[in-house]
Amino acid sequence: MAEVLVVTSGKGGVGKTTSTAALGAALAQTGRTVAVVDFDVGLRNLDLVMGAERRVVYDLINVANGDVRLQQALIRDKRIETMYLLAASQTRDKDALSEEGVRRVIGELRDRFDWVICDSPAGIERGATLAMRYADLAVVVTNPEVSSVRDSDRIIGLLDSKTIKAARGERMEKLLLLTRYDKVRAGRGDMLGIEDVLEILSIPLLGIVPESEEVLRASNLGAPVTMSNPTSAPARAYMDAARRLCGESIAMTIPSERQNLLSKLFGGRRAA
Amino acid sequence: MLKPEPPLAGWLAELDDWLTRSPGFFTGKPLILDVAGLAFTRDDIAGVIAELRTRSIRILGIEGADPATLDDTLPPLLTGGRTSGSVEAIEAVEAVARRAQATKEAATREAAAKEAAAKEAAEAAKAAGEPVATNSADPAATSSTEPGHKPANATPNGPTPEQAASASRVPSLLVETPVRSGQTIMNAEGDVIILGSVASGAEVIAAGSIHVYGALRGRALAGVYGNASARIFCRRFEAELVAISDFHKVTEEIEAGLRQKPVQAWLSDNELKVASLDQTDKEAIKWQKS
Repeated sequence: MAEVLVVTSGKGGVGKTTSTAALGAALAQTGRTVAVVDFDVGLRNLDLVMGAERRVVYDLINVANGDVRLQQALIRDKRIETMYLLAASQTRDKDALSEEGVRRVIGELRDRFDWVICDSPAGIERGATLAMRYADLAVVVTNPEVSSVRDSDRIIGLLDSKTIKAARGERMEKLLLLTRYDKVRAGRGDMLGIEDVLEILSIPLLGIVPESEEVLRASNLGAPVTMSNPTSAPARAYMDAARRLCGESIAMTIPSERQNLLSKLFGGRRAA
Repeated sequence: MLKPEPPLAGWLAELDDWLTRSPGFFTGKPLILDVAGLAFTRDDIAGVIAELRTRSIRILGIEGADPATLDDTLPPLLTGGRTSGSVEAIEAVEAVARRAQATKEAATREAAAKEAAAKEAAEAAKAAGEPVATNSADPAATSSTEPGHKPANATPNGPTPEQAASASRVPSLLVETPVRSGQTIMNAEGDVIILGSVASGAEVIAAGSIHVYGALRGRALAGVYGNASARIFCRRFEAELVAISDFHKVTEEIEAGLRQKPVQAWLSDNELKVASLDQTDKEAIKWQKS
């Protein structure tokens, strides 16, 4: 039985899709079977970040509506064979998704995988609430910046009221993933500090992903950052976060690029 | 101030929707019907007032109507309407205010009247039922039965006279979780006590006082039915807005030095005052003396 995880944030552009892909790949790299599901119907992106945009035939809507079997719509990753993608439809909108359809798809995925990771659309409307509806736990992606923090707070409120788990009176587990963190700017006070964000949101911290060009490069390459450059600072941050998701206790650090540069030099010298 | 929007049926449905989320929101509030620009006839206005009356909303006056359309059976025409804070002065005050008054009298009476007070309070408590916590996003999930949103002094089966006499007569609402952005916590009868923080973009509304044991970053509106003795207390003051009765202040109007401090807000001579709760703070003592 899978753990169903929703990656959500309220605000757009904070790194939900990047984090979905990176966490999914990091979990799959440990041998677990992973399905990443794009819920951003109408604005699908996850297929691009996963480098599978040319292989999408059927999508989440087709499966949810019962047009095709789940098997036909799942796209297996070419690099990690335990990772699958269920893409969103680009031509439909969020209204095309029925709650019953989503329930059935998540139920089927649950039986087949160790982890099901749902990439939520931005906003607090139907698409976002459907993505979180059947989740067991949530990763709330937040940038250290006031509007992102407030939106995350709003999403946490919805996670506590709109999910099936909340409706049953159970506690919805919520974990904070702080992305695009810049140590220097936080030090200068241009950015909210980690402590400030944690104090405001008061949920446990899953990881801190530093701001890095590697993330953009990875997206353009069509590979999760944990695959494109596994030794980069954001990749290590995501891999640590994935291990924490699996219950390992790992000291909370902010990986930095300088270390990475040294290891690159070292690696280069060794190769020469 | 209520301003109907055409089509009327749609507006009333919206109002009903709002009332299911925040029952008692208009209770005891003096309301003015604004019909400016709506070209309502006398019958239209009377119809709207009748519809509102079925929802326990009483209209005190009308604004923006042609004087010729109004007659003696309709509320008077007003200009520049502003809600008044005095609950006692308004005839149309509903059960809530009457109960509050009854319990207030009961509280001030001495031991000689104890029996009568107990009886009265028991009735009041029974009639009062439980306070409501509403969430603009999902009313069902944040009813008062939700864990963490427990009314402090109400038992599910209604208090016995003994319990009611010993317990506070107006039920307070205890919220043990943080109040998230976009959520509204409302107690239309008594105090609201929040153990966590109130996020920016969240709202706490109480007929009585508001106590926040975390940071207050959202809005706090105490004494919303005109209770001028209501106060707001918080451990860390970063509020967007505080209001007591009819008086409010936004962050800009409050001394910046109070930010992040433990603070209380109260009404004094029709002025909303905000001061530090920290007694060692000289500034606070100065404030409280004034």
